[in-house]
Amino acid sequence: MDIIISGLLLGGTYALIAMGLNLQYGVARIMNLANGEMLVLGGLAAFWLFVFAGIDPFFTLLLVAPVAFAGNWLIYRFLMAPLVRRSKNQGALDVDSILATFGLSFALVGIMVSVHGEYFTYSFLADPLSILGTTVAVNRLMAFIAAVCIAGALYCWLNLTYAGTAVRAVSVNAEAAGLVGINVAKISALAFALGGAVTAAGGTLISTFITLDASIGVVFTMKALIIIIMGGIGDIRGAIIAALILGLVETAVATLIDPGLTLVAAYVIFLLVLLLRPQGMFGRRTT
Amino acid sequence: MGRRTFMKRLMEGATALGIVSFLAASAIAGDTIKFGVVAHKTGPLAGGEAVTHTPNIEMWVKQVNARGGLNVDGGKKLIEIVEYDDKTNPGEHIKAVQRLATQDEVDFMLSPYGTGFNVAAAPIYAKYGFPLIAVSAITNKIEELSKRFPNMFFTLGNTTGFVEGVRDTLITMRDSGTIGNKIAMVNVADAFGIELADTARPILAEAGFEIVYDKSYPLGTPDISPVIKGAKAAKPDAFVAWSYPPDTFALTEQAIIEDLDVKVFYTAVATAFPAYSGKFGNKIEGNLGAGGVNPDTPAMQNYRKEHKELTGKVPDYWASATYYASLQILEQAIEAVGTVDRSATVDYIKNNSFDTVIGTISFDENNNSDRYWSVGQWRDGVFRAVADTGMGDSVPVVEKSGW
Repeated sequence: MDIIISGLLLGGTYALIAMGLNLQYGVARIMNLANGEMLVLGGLAAFWLFVFAGIDPFFTLLLVAPVAFAGNWLIYRFLMAPLVRRSKNQGALDVDSILATFGLSFALVGIMVSVHGEYFTYSFLADPLSILGTTVAVNRLMAFIAAVCIAGALYCWLNLTYAGTAVRAVSVNAEAAGLVGINVAKISALAFALGGAVTAAGGTLISTFITLDASIGVVFTMKALIIIIMGGIGDIRGAIIAALILGLVETAVATLIDPGLTLVAAYVIFLLVLLLRPQGMFGRRTT
Repeated sequence: MGRRTFMKRLMEGATALGIVSFLAASAIAGDTIKFGVVAHKTGPLAGGEAVTHTPNIEMWVKQVNARGGLNVDGGKKLIEIVEYDDKTNPGEHIKAVQRLATQDEVDFMLSPYGTGFNVAAAPIYAKYGFPLIAVSAITNKIEELSKRFPNMFFTLGNTTGFVEGVRDTLITMRDSGTIGNKIAMVNVADAFGIELADTARPILAEAGFEIVYDKSYPLGTPDISPVIKGAKAAKPDAFVAWSYPPDTFALTEQAIIEDLDVKVFYTAVATAFPAYSGKFGNKIEGNLGAGGVNPDTPAMQNYRKEHKELTGKVPDYWASATYYASLQILEQAIEAVGTVDRSATVDYIKNNSFDTVIGTISFDENNNSDRYWSVGQWRDGVFRAVADTGMGDSVPVVEKSGW
């Protein structure tokens, strides 16, 4: 029971890390290697406002989400859209976007180092709570609840609204979506911006219980990448299920076998998924 | 050639001449003494360097330049720092040192952050004859290294001394009846943690302790609760973690949440950081960690005050003061030699003793200064040394009573 509850909470954390990148790669088709840095920026904002102004991270969330949305929209409009326009196929766009976002990640790390080069960590809601006999931290539980809300909201939006359906259409086939009158450029910008906002919000939430610093973004980008590839690119359900599975497996391995083998377990599952179902759990087989 | 081309060539020539004479003029002026440093501005060790090394360099340069600079060559020369980012990558580090030595032509180098980097940089520092006063370097290979690199000095102790400090603290607590002999020991699965755990196992077993929970976890583990839950289930009397900053914070937070009831709780790196007490407040009263200082000497109090004033940052309670001491040693040696002469400076450091913020420092036949505090304990907002090698001014350790 310990394992299931802790595992689900960890899965929720992973989902927060991965959902944003799923939107950015699945819909806007941008392999955003600066995703982790966006997450850390969200965490830095929470740290600054909490330590220097005593502002609750949940309130910071309300500030971070729109600012990140606007920022990512601008990044897409001025940095990514030209790459999209001039690339002749997805492969070329992948290469271009990887290079561009890689450079962007360095720029963001540099900015964060000059603002605050040390670790940012603070204590918020680090209180114990007992759920079905398991002790959990309130801050992790809150992050899990927030992850559930964000995932739920995204899922409803994607499946029950016109705009969301347009986003799903673009993720299935951008060309065909264009043919039925969907403004692909606008939808891509929207998805990219939304993905960035979700990631930054995730960063704000996880900064309450994970120690971050300016350089740790790359670790989160890699984790997010594994999760979305495992879950299948483009479908939000895939990212969430993969994140939960990863959280449960890692916690099970750490508790029952050895905490040192969590990375091994994660990569073994990843390998299995790639070998048996390369398009990911909910992905479409590429034609 | 046409008139246009002629004019263009003329302008280019004039500009080139101008640049060359400007450079020549500033080279001849040469009224600064250049110190090179290859820092981890980004990468996994950036957080630690930003607390322990960087502010000390800033403070030292401000202090020395405020009094006109270093006394060399019959006059005073201001200190100029040339700094590069190695992204915590040893390959980049070596390239940057090479560049500082050959292109920037620095006079001296300051030691890098991290055992691995001091060891990796040793050959190239030796090649150019730079004195290397290693601070953030804890290794059992001191004799071997100083034989190969006679310009390398050590100030923070070796791995065995580091572990023995913990063992002695545990023995003291056991002898006073505060704890039994069951230890839960965890380590980060990185060279640092693995080496310490491997060194600790035989040392603790020999001292009669039983390690009831012995696990490692990957660096950057997001959820450390299985480790704490597992340790708690083993019902230990003491908890020892050979940890790095992110996990030091995570383990402590989890221990608070799980209410891990031990009278001895030790985490390694970052326990001495201001951010540690900043995050946990008085919950960490009685926590043990790597380092510690004697905060009562006038030199130390003055150092901590000036550090905050000149850099806006609080020093840590471990290697910060030692790094500042290494800068003081370099300063005193250079001024004693009187001129920029690296090998004479190395000889001077070898053969003399120095008055520093952590007391009198001198180096033995293995270039080792065997005077350092090894274990500290948070008492009333100050991380005091409770175990040391060669310092003699630690205070007795007390038990931790709850969170």
